[in-house]
Amino acid sequence: MSTATATRVKAPVSNRIGLGLEPYRGLKTTLCAGCGHNSISERIVECFFEMGIDPTQVIKLSGIGCSSKSPAYFLSMSHGFNSVHGRMPAVATGAVLANKQLMALGVSGDGDTASIGLGQFVHMMRRNVPVIYIIEDNGCYGLTKGQFSATANLGSTAKSGIANELPPIDTCGLAVQLGATFVARSFSGDKKQLQSIIKAALAHRGTAVLDVVSPCVTFNDHVGSTKSYKYVRENKVPLQSIGFVPHFEEIHLQGEFAPGTVYEVEMHDGSMLRLEKLEEDYDPTSRLKALDRIELATEEGQILTGVLYVSTDQPSFTEILNLDDVPLAQLGQDRLRPPKSALDTVMEELA
Amino acid sequence: MQAVNASPSGEPVTVPELEVVNDFSIHVATVNGSGSQSSNLVLLRALFEMGIPVSGKNLFPSNIAGLPTWYTIRANKFGFTGRKKEVDFLVAMNAQTAHEDVQALEPGRAVVYDEPLGLDALRDDLCFYPVPFDPITAAVCPQPKLRKLVRNMVYDGVLAALLDIEMEEIRKGIERQFSTKPKAAELNWNAAQAGFDWTRQNLVKRDPYRLTRMDGNKGKIIVEGNAAAALGAVFGGVSVITWYPITPSSSLAEAAQGYLNRFRTDESTGKATFAVVQAEDELASIGMAIGAGWAGARAMTTTAGPGVSLMSEFVGLAHFAEIPVVLIDVQRMGPSTGLPTRTSQGDFLSAATLSHGDTFHPMLIPATPEECFEFGAKAFDVAERLQAPVFLMLDLDLGMNYWTANKFDYPDWDIDRGKVLSEQDVERLQGDWGRYRDVDGDGIAYRTIPGNRHPQAAYFARGTGHDEDANYSEREDDWIRNMDRIQKKMAGARKWLPEPVIEDGPKARVALVAAGTSHEAVREARSQLRLEYGFETAYCRVRGWPFSHATEEFIADHDHVYVVDQNRDGQLRTLLRRQFPAIHDHLRSVCYYGGMPLDARTITDAIVEREGL
Repeated sequence: MSTATATRVKAPVSNRIGLGLEPYRGLKTTLCAGCGHNSISERIVECFFEMGIDPTQVIKLSGIGCSSKSPAYFLSMSHGFNSVHGRMPAVATGAVLANKQLMALGVSGDGDTASIGLGQFVHMMRRNVPVIYIIEDNGCYGLTKGQFSATANLGSTAKSGIANELPPIDTCGLAVQLGATFVARSFSGDKKQLQSIIKAALAHRGTAVLDVVSPCVTFNDHVGSTKSYKYVRENKVPLQSIGFVPHFEEIHLQGEFAPGTVYEVEMHDGSMLRLEKLEEDYDPTSRLKALDRIELATEEGQILTGVLYVSTDQPSFTEILNLDDVPLAQLGQDRLRPPKSALDTVMEELA
Repeated sequence: MQAVNASPSGEPVTVPELEVVNDFSIHVATVNGSGSQSSNLVLLRALFEMGIPVSGKNLFPSNIAGLPTWYTIRANKFGFTGRKKEVDFLVAMNAQTAHEDVQALEPGRAVVYDEPLGLDALRDDLCFYPVPFDPITAAVCPQPKLRKLVRNMVYDGVLAALLDIEMEEIRKGIERQFSTKPKAAELNWNAAQAGFDWTRQNLVKRDPYRLTRMDGNKGKIIVEGNAAAALGAVFGGVSVITWYPITPSSSLAEAAQGYLNRFRTDESTGKATFAVVQAEDELASIGMAIGAGWAGARAMTTTAGPGVSLMSEFVGLAHFAEIPVVLIDVQRMGPSTGLPTRTSQGDFLSAATLSHGDTFHPMLIPATPEECFEFGAKAFDVAERLQAPVFLMLDLDLGMNYWTANKFDYPDWDIDRGKVLSEQDVERLQGDWGRYRDVDGDGIAYRTIPGNRHPQAAYFARGTGHDEDANYSEREDDWIRNMDRIQKKMAGARKWLPEPVIEDGPKARVALVAAGTSHEAVREARSQLRLEYGFETAYCRVRGWPFSHATEEFIADHDHVYVVDQNRDGQLRTLLRRQFPAIHDHLRSVCYYGGMPLDARTITDAIVEREGL
């Protein structure tokens, strides 16, 4: 076993910045009882608390749909923005440009991401915008009563019994291909794995895509659905056993690892991501391998979970733009308005 | 026959038609992509340096190379530099259009043309000047590959010889145009000089047109409206620009990028105090600008009509969630892809109430480069005060053409971020604040900006129904209260928008109302009406929407008010009728929607007909 803070059952009274759990919580959920999204919200609360992240320096953003309602249910001390359908990536990108010091958490769904929002989703990854992008993936539209989304598997049935006739869009495959620098898939029902992955994403600077299969208990949890609790439990294939040691904790190894069985990644904030290999050949720093394995999983009906891809040496979008150390939002007039001599120069050039 | 020159001072000036000095149009017809832009700019620059009030308008196709394009220069000693409907001096370089161009001329006009086109056979009432461009070019440009590029510079020399343009100014113009390419400058100068020499040796001047140095451009600049608006944004403190390429707005974003690189890069660190992002589409560009505005940047996007249509949903969100953002719409001719390289004022209605539900977006409407600069800067203050999307409405004529303007004044006002609560403010209020509470009674609530470290600073922005504290609400009373407050806020918008410019006199019973680039044409049309018909008019140029009370009083004070629109349906008039229903029967329409920059004669003729003059 690797070390994993995720195994803690009881949270301490306060975290390393002196806050209790309460500021990390949100309003009471209005989603259905048993909805996978509620479990993800709980993991977000725990992870932000345990990582000691200042919630006033977090922004939470979403599009439209059941998933996009969930930012109201966590991080009440963080500014939130529930935007328009499929367009959260643009809003998040703009917000990050305005203040690159904020930690941006985007929550979306499979319709919001892979159907209406696909255009913005792919361009966000291409830019490597520093945003944690969680897809709460249930393969259907809940708020409009159960239509298929673009992540529904070929042959998966709707509640009415109709089978989906189109192949799915694999958001993780896309993410790997298009430049996201942290790509993971998990399951809302796998508390330990999801915690480790969220924490690793918090330690990452760049686009972190987390596709979390999150069953819809009302419209897509029946026999014949490939996004039901039962199907996911039976068909998920974890690539690694994931351990995460935050930068503020001492790293000490537990247990002995045979050489080549563990993959360690030092994250941007100094935290350590330790991936104990369950598949010997899998290399999460290889795009090609990741894409190959994702394709194979789709062919075999597997739900591949774990850290599919990670790269810590790509510049994020705010680095590419070489933004000032002071957030653009906080610049005063002295730095926003060039001096009169600058205007005089231009006027001379145009005269 | 006497030519009447319209003088803005009101006194007719008559001169014999033997000479028409500093008051005519030059129309150059070329093939798109043949390098004529350089020749035309050199020509424009030379006239400007000679102190002659001048404008240059590019009438170009949606095409990279091969299709016909025209460049029309208006020189006018009285300062009327709107497009002149009649072409006085044609330079016919394009075989595709030469015949039609020549047939359209009024008698007595002049034509310089490429000799092999044989245009002189078409009419016997014009002054024709055949010029053998190819042999002249070949003699000064030994490399055949380069001849196509310098051939057009030959006509600058020809025109200089025929119209008395100072060759020294042509030379300076060429040096300026090719400042980084001395070899190209030399080659072009040789071409211009060859054209000049050939003309002096071979042609006898028979037309009345002549240019002479005057003092009309002291302290002036030549600039495109897009560059002016870009500068305005830069000096207005823009920090995030997100955009998607679309004619005719692309050069605005690119100009802004250039100025920001120069003036807003920190000298010690080399880091940028701005972000400019070319987005993947207009949905993303407005979305990014809204995200940035929400998070405290001075954010804007630039676009044109089709982009405005795409931004519709997001602009509704920003209106309702109350997020400041500036949209610059450089209008082109729609609907649909329409005439993408032709000018129009066709977006007034769509911009004013863009998106579904009850929406309302203030507009600033500049008519000159000076106003592009000033309003381009002030739009950010208006947006942040109102916490709302604000439109700056240019058009292709203003944005992409070269205008003579006064040097811009450095802003004498401080940047205004509107009602923003800091950490200390939230502390002072002991956290008792609500994002949508109307504390001051003006409909404008206080906002916090993400990153505010006070534990009670956060709120949840959303496009769904919300109460005064930004909580989700579907309650009827919450919804109505919120909509009424936003309406109250917008009713107050006019005090921050530029007031109309009104020119009135006791004798004027008929008036004109116009906005944007209609101004140049209206100015001249009023002069034509006065001098040719003895008909006095009053004029109200609106510069912002919602309109000011002064506009309402002005309309009420005049029997007939002609609203000049550069669209088919009278969109400006529709907005006036909507805001001032009681006086709508005073309003009449003059609508032009052919895609050319509006000319004075079109307005004059319409009023003459309607008023029975």
